[in-house]
Amino acid sequence: MKDKIFRGLLYGACVLVLLLCAAMVYSLVSGSWQAFGQFGFFRFLFSAEWDPTAGKEEYGAWAFVTGTLYTSFLALVLCIPFSLPVALFTGEYFRKTRIASVISSIVDLLAGIPSIVYGLWGFYTLCPLMKSWGLSDQGFGVLTSSIVLAIMIIPYASSLSAEFISMVPNELKEGAYSLGATRLEVIRTVVFPVAGSGIFAGYVLALGRALGETMAVTMLIGNTIQIPRSLGDTGNTMASVIANQFGEASGLKLSSLIAIGLLLFIITAVINFLGKLIMKRQRGK
Amino acid sequence: MTIMENMQDTTQGSPKHCILEFKDVSISYTEGKWAVKSVNAAIKERSITAIMGPSGCGKSTLLRSVNRMHELYPEIKTTGQILLDGKDVLQMNAMEVRRKAGMVFQRPNPFPTMSIYENVLAGYKLNGIKVSKAQKDEIVQKSLQDVGLWDEVKDSLMKRGSFLSGGQQQRLCIARAVALRPRILLMDEPTSALDPIATRKIEDMLLELKKEFTILIVTHNMSQAARISDDSMFMYLGELVEFSDTQTIFTNPRDKRTEEYLSGQFG
Repeated sequence: MKDKIFRGLLYGACVLVLLLCAAMVYSLVSGSWQAFGQFGFFRFLFSAEWDPTAGKEEYGAWAFVTGTLYTSFLALVLCIPFSLPVALFTGEYFRKTRIASVISSIVDLLAGIPSIVYGLWGFYTLCPLMKSWGLSDQGFGVLTSSIVLAIMIIPYASSLSAEFISMVPNELKEGAYSLGATRLEVIRTVVFPVAGSGIFAGYVLALGRALGETMAVTMLIGNTIQIPRSLGDTGNTMASVIANQFGEASGLKLSSLIAIGLLLFIITAVINFLGKLIMKRQRGK
Repeated sequence: MTIMENMQDTTQGSPKHCILEFKDVSISYTEGKWAVKSVNAAIKERSITAIMGPSGCGKSTLLRSVNRMHELYPEIKTTGQILLDGKDVLQMNAMEVRRKAGMVFQRPNPFPTMSIYENVLAGYKLNGIKVSKAQKDEIVQKSLQDVGLWDEVKDSLMKRGSFLSGGQQQRLCIARAVALRPRILLMDEPTSALDPIATRKIEDMLLELKKEFTILIVTHNMSQAARISDDSMFMYLGELVEFSDTQTIFTNPRDKRTEEYLSGQFG
């Protein structure tokens, strides 16, 4: 009897979570209905127009979509030269040693810093630097946001990569060593190819994090509604425009913001799904 | 010294050249605890020498010291000399040693991301040895023929090795070691993960390989040692208890511990 009640509770909790998720999707879809109805899905997605003037309101997501994709992919590229060495260090070179666990906990600490703190650091430290180096006119912009985003996603990319690197069977590495390979050659010809898709999945999931990051980016990107033309350019992202404008939005504008939210949800869901899929296949091997 | 004298006794009938010599070799993983204790032995060229003994007796460590694979454990300490063709491997560059001493492991470990063809040539690739396409084809064919795998895989050389059976994978791994034409082949219980039929095939193949290569094989399987080896070592608690030709060790062992082990009283 007790067992039955417990099982019932478990089922109930799971169903509730599923319902919550469904309700979220439902409210996003129903909230964005007006905007998609007015402009059509593709026109809304590919238009960079954002004009809230009453009477000739015109909204499109393209400037934000490009801003989000630019900053996230740039962040991903910038984080590789840091996260990959950390992953190799903790997952292969110093595997299961004290120094590796110290380093990986410090890197994991990066993941625990609230994003507003990253934003503040970027605003007061990185922006002036970017300005004085002449990389950006006002210090804000795509590159500034990407650098901060890159630091924020290092722990995600490196801990997942390290996990897959450390999972490469010892016997394969020994096989390569026994043929006269150096450590670097073992990494190049055995560790990377075998752990490859897992490492890739780690980066895909890190990208998913970067896409949705709001606070730090909002503080650093400049929040101008335009498609960024250069790295020093200011821009806006999907998450930032929602954070900045939802307070005073109503009617069609609110619906457009929710529509952007739905698009962001779809993009991150697809990215995360792909990452998990690759990872599952790699773990299954 | 007694063991060296023994060696001379057993080699009187066959004036074969000794290719590998252990001189007072001791190995410890942790300070003060010896996994291998002052081993002296000389291995004859183009012969099969079996190393037997219960788990933890140091036989794998001794085998791995020949190509210095035991150094993958960071704290290891090795004393004595291991002479391969008269040169101390402990003084040589480890990568060079490993090209000269091929190794085969307990479980087949072909590289899963490489084709059969690439697997055979992996040693060349890893050592940056440049060979022409024609030479590559020749090396692959010769090595696969050496291990009796050529006819079974010649039509699927560019496929990955994962569809092969365990026995075939292990023969591929032996081909990979043989491809570099090493001076000695070190085998660490190469058939322990295989079924009896695959084991038999590999044993027959080793008897063929012996014509060209010197083989040092660690085995748990005493009947395997009896079937294929010319000489046998019995190790116990890090010590080389007995080393002589296989027939003598099985029929007339000198040491009581050897006799007890071989008659199945422990181990």
